[in-house]
Amino acid sequence: MSGHFEALPGGGAAVALDEVEVSILRSLAVQLLELIGPGDEPVEGEDPLAALFAEGPSEAPSDPALKRLFPDAYGDEDEELRAAAADFRRFTENDLRARKRGDALAVIRSLDSLDSLDTFSSPGEGGVVLKLTADESRAWLGALNDLRLTIGTRLEVTDEDEGGELYRLPDSDPRKPMVMAYLWLGALQESLVETLMP
Amino acid sequence: MSVAPIEIERTESAQENQAVVEPDVPWVTLVHNDPVNLMSYVTYVFQAYFGYSKDKAHKLMLDVHHKGRAVVSSGTREEMERDVQAMHGYGLWATLSQDRG
Repeated sequence: MSGHFEALPGGGAAVALDEVEVSILRSLAVQLLELIGPGDEPVEGEDPLAALFAEGPSEAPSDPALKRLFPDAYGDEDEELRAAAADFRRFTENDLRARKRGDALAVIRSLDSLDSLDTFSSPGEGGVVLKLTADESRAWLGALNDLRLTIGTRLEVTDEDEGGELYRLPDSDPRKPMVMAYLWLGALQESLVETLMP
Repeated sequence: MSVAPIEIERTESAQENQAVVEPDVPWVTLVHNDPVNLMSYVTYVFQAYFGYSKDKAHKLMLDVHHKGRAVVSSGTREEMERDVQAMHGYGLWATLSQDRG
């Protein structure tokens, strides 16, 4: 899995992916979408404006990965700060979830548009070139980061892991595939960041 | 979507400020170190969102990495809530606090 993004002249980025990589990326994006949860669609017959004023939760999520995606905005040293964090969450978390959902959906849409072209049937490398506009690149960047935050939290990655135990797991270790995905997503993201650097 | 909530937040903040907080003391946005975010990505976010130069963004990223956290912006409480919300949007771990020196 050596694909990396390259900048396109005039903006945007392109990456060569094989069928397996497309399938892994899509599956991870779908799982991220499921983790983030459904949007607050207005109920039929209900004032659609009501959704605009719907309040989010005031408690941090209990799932560690979700908690990392939706962290507290204030420290927790005292009651006043905890109350401020709860207020902030109530008024912002729905928007934040919508943004992250949008990024993951953008990834799925661009991968699905590859499928519809039936590019895999072409002989040769057995891969496709995914081209992203600048806007799509930014959505991908967000989604790749959210995926790495989620997987990194699940793997309990720490700063001390740099080149450490986690990256030298034997093939028999059940965490091995997730570590491989984590490293691969990191390389993809790193190359995508470079194409976006102002 | 954030228009109405911010108004509500502002009112509550103002009430709290009267009782507890010295209004002249600025607020700051802190970005905390985490083991997952790429150094290049954090630098990119500081450039893209705050419009900082590559040098300044890089230095701030290193501060976060080596010192565990760094002040990336300062201003009113409302401005810092906006910055923290944006940082969370990018997936950076950020909090705001009043800079008591």
